[in-house]
Amino acid sequence: MAVREALLTLLADGPKHGYQLKADFEAATGQAWPLNVGQVYTTLQRLERDGLVEPTDAAAATAGDAGDEPQPGGRVPYALTDAGLAVFRQWLATPSPADLANRDETTMRVLLALASEAGEVASLLRAQRRATTETLQALTAMRADGDPTLAWSLQLDRMAFVAEAELRWLDRAEERVAATGAGDAGAATIVGRDGDHRPTPTPTVVDSGTGAGDERPSEGTP
Amino acid sequence: MTETDLAPPGEAQPPVLTLERVGLVLGSTEAPVHAIDHVDLQVAAGELVAVTGRSGSGKSSLLNLAGGLVEATVGTVTVVGERLTGSSDRAKAAIRRRHVGYVFQDLNLLPTLTAIENVALPLELDGQRRAAATAAATTALERVGLDGLGHRHPDELSGGQRQRVAIARGLVGRRTLLLADEPTSALDDLTGEEIVRLIRARCDEGAAALVVTHEPSLAAWADRVIRLQRRPGEPSIESEAIRPARRPDLVDLTGRPAEGRP
Repeated sequence: MAVREALLTLLADGPKHGYQLKADFEAATGQAWPLNVGQVYTTLQRLERDGLVEPTDAAAATAGDAGDEPQPGGRVPYALTDAGLAVFRQWLATPSPADLANRDETTMRVLLALASEAGEVASLLRAQRRATTETLQALTAMRADGDPTLAWSLQLDRMAFVAEAELRWLDRAEERVAATGAGDAGAATIVGRDGDHRPTPTPTVVDSGTGAGDERPSEGTP
Repeated sequence: MTETDLAPPGEAQPPVLTLERVGLVLGSTEAPVHAIDHVDLQVAAGELVAVTGRSGSGKSSLLNLAGGLVEATVGTVTVVGERLTGSSDRAKAAIRRRHVGYVFQDLNLLPTLTAIENVALPLELDGQRRAAATAAATTALERVGLDGLGHRHPDELSGGQRQRVAIARGLVGRRTLLLADEPTSALDDLTGEEIVRLIRARCDEGAAALVVTHEPSLAAWADRVIRLQRRPGEPSIESEAIRPARRPDLVDLTGRPAEGRP
């Protein structure tokens, strides 16, 4: 978490002391990421060392020693320096690289199960889909409760979208695994497109009402 | 809230919809197609159940069975204590008119009738007097947030408003079972969410709903999400996700301190 830049951003509105920064940060992020006040002061000290923030004159006057020794919990208001202002502007203006290649545990389990004889991928995928669906249900229930803060509801939206993306991926994985005949004993017969070693043809009347938006079968395998 | 004929949720009462060991075989004897196998399903008053699954997994067949539009090959279907399976077409139609409302993606409202007339129609077909039917339809439209728009024709309403009319018609009077097939697929995201919130709200007031959708975001509004698969000889319901009352692990997931939560 970019606490350093977050504090600079909050200080751009005017001088603040540590507790206020902690409270403002948590309010701005919908209380999703609680911040330890000790971490706030440590970060402020590093920012001061780097010349990005400085104790305000008022703090210097009350501290009596030019404020070069900030006291943790001492309610010393800090202000941005010109260099700090430049860093925060730069941070807000620079798009973040998407963190898509992280070692997601679900992905790892699926891929390693596929690589292993004892993998049982199909049942793994089913169990994961159920669990992720329940997570999405719980998130949706929290959204339905209607939190007053925009920040928190945006946090929930994001988590729900991530859960949805995982469900889409699990569906895709199941189709592709089944098409290759990999997975556990039951997997090969789960999906199967027309003509796939199943004696029963696809019924024409089933799902006639679901429209073009329904799931598409995957086209072949890599 | 307006006076309602729906029973409040939470009271011990028989399920609104019961499917017992239901199977549906389509096609010819030489080439039978097992559209649905061994489905046991109950939907209680107050429950919203979403049905997901791939194309061809039997989602729409399940809805048609539940509404008595097709006859189960094996097993029994019961709606509000009345057995659909084995009943005459006439008796089935009567049970449907009394208890079951359908919502489709393409609405099927009658274009020559106003919203109120559309909603009142099933009651009149069931023998209610016009004045009583109109009064019930007016109440049903209020419950879906369409007060004042009852005299408009379908083409004078937005897509979301038309879908609200369909839901009002589905749950008018004493009808308690809503069967919906992709009810939001013709709508944009936000309007779709409005519609599913409305179905959720009507269930919270005591209705029961079985909703087919391929969108996990909408299925997630349900108390239960069932997933169908088609593998002849095995039960069609492959997995069920149940909305947990409380998810302690979600506290970790969201990182938010418990006291800060709604």
